[in-house]
Amino acid sequence: MNPIRKKRLTLIGLMVAGIGVATWLALNAFDENLMFFFSPSEVAEGKAPTAHPFRIGGLVETDSVKRKPDGLTTAFSVTDNAEAVTVEYTGILPDLFREGQGIVAMGQLNQDGIFVASEVLAKHDENYMPPEVAASLKTAHDEGVNKMQSRVSVQ
Amino acid sequence: MIIRFFHQMGSPRYFYSVAGKMIPWFMTSFLITLLVGLYYGLFVAPADYQQGESYRIMYIHVPAAWMSMFIYVVMAVSGLISLVWRIKMTEVVVISSATVGASFTFLALATGSLWGKPMWGTWWVWDARLTAELLLLFLYLGIIALHSAIEDKRVAARAVSILALVGVVNIPIIHYSVEWWNTLHQPASITKFDKPSMDMSMLVPLLVMAISFKLYYGAVVLMRARAEIVERERNTRWVQEMVEREVK
Repeated sequence: MNPIRKKRLTLIGLMVAGIGVATWLALNAFDENLMFFFSPSEVAEGKAPTAHPFRIGGLVETDSVKRKPDGLTTAFSVTDNAEAVTVEYTGILPDLFREGQGIVAMGQLNQDGIFVASEVLAKHDENYMPPEVAASLKTAHDEGVNKMQSRVSVQ
Repeated sequence: MIIRFFHQMGSPRYFYSVAGKMIPWFMTSFLITLLVGLYYGLFVAPADYQQGESYRIMYIHVPAAWMSMFIYVVMAVSGLISLVWRIKMTEVVVISSATVGASFTFLALATGSLWGKPMWGTWWVWDARLTAELLLLFLYLGIIALHSAIEDKRVAARAVSILALVGVVNIPIIHYSVEWWNTLHQPASITKFDKPSMDMSMLVPLLVMAISFKLYYGAVVLMRARAEIVERERNTRWVQEMVEREVK
């Protein structure tokens, strides 16, 4: 390689590396702000803002969804399997909303520590499979759990 | 042999004639894989356990999003070669790819939005993945605008190559955004090292669609490159002779 090309290549390499480092630093500095939502654990640690609205994300806890008498307000717990936060939302929930489903809610904590949501979005996972496969996976999982439990009870 | 082929491809005249012979092959194989992929994706693949039939928009959305990044990397690599070795043909590849790349980025954003409304409950959110992809669209548009703003094509190509290299930092950000930050967008289903978290009956049509989109890009980039070559070399004897032959 002739010296001029070598010089150009080094210059470009340095430019790209410099931009990479600068972007990395900037993104690191913005880290908290780039998070789309807070987890219930972060809310419990007090990392979430109290003065202005924020988003909370997690799984809808099983057997926690309750409808209020007015028919439109729903209360449920959002959990990350460590902490849980109660969310109240008035309005129409997305189709994918159900117990065990990942959701992201926008809103604010009130004095009682209840998260009053103005918007609830459903999050779906990266798994794609036909319903039959999902059903057989679930059966296999349940059978495995039962087997473990019966073995424990025998001992 | 291969080295000689690449040397010859560096010559505009040779590139022009070889590209002309390759386009029909790319076009036919694109159409075949497109029909096969769409048929298997839309009619044969089973419905999803969670998203029902709506997930089928993935057969356009995911390959388009992959192409948006793939084309950008192609542009950045050709930009690097253009800047260091000053090869005319890689300059042509950089600018010929920009519009196709922008179209795929737009397609990925638009189909993602159509998918987001029924599944997430919103057309758009400012999460890291979506915002970075939108930035990619602006990078493409910036490259196209910069190229048309400079009269001298060789100077323009150099400016565009630098911009393409500056923007390449966005590609790993798009790819890893779903892992580095909390996003509404779900993480990748298909990764290099793990088993894909997608059933084979759904995965195969997706991969066929991905190949199909690559072939389409191949065909379009060659067509655009030929047009660009003729414009750049319009004062050379071979182009003028060719035009005279066409007129007769």
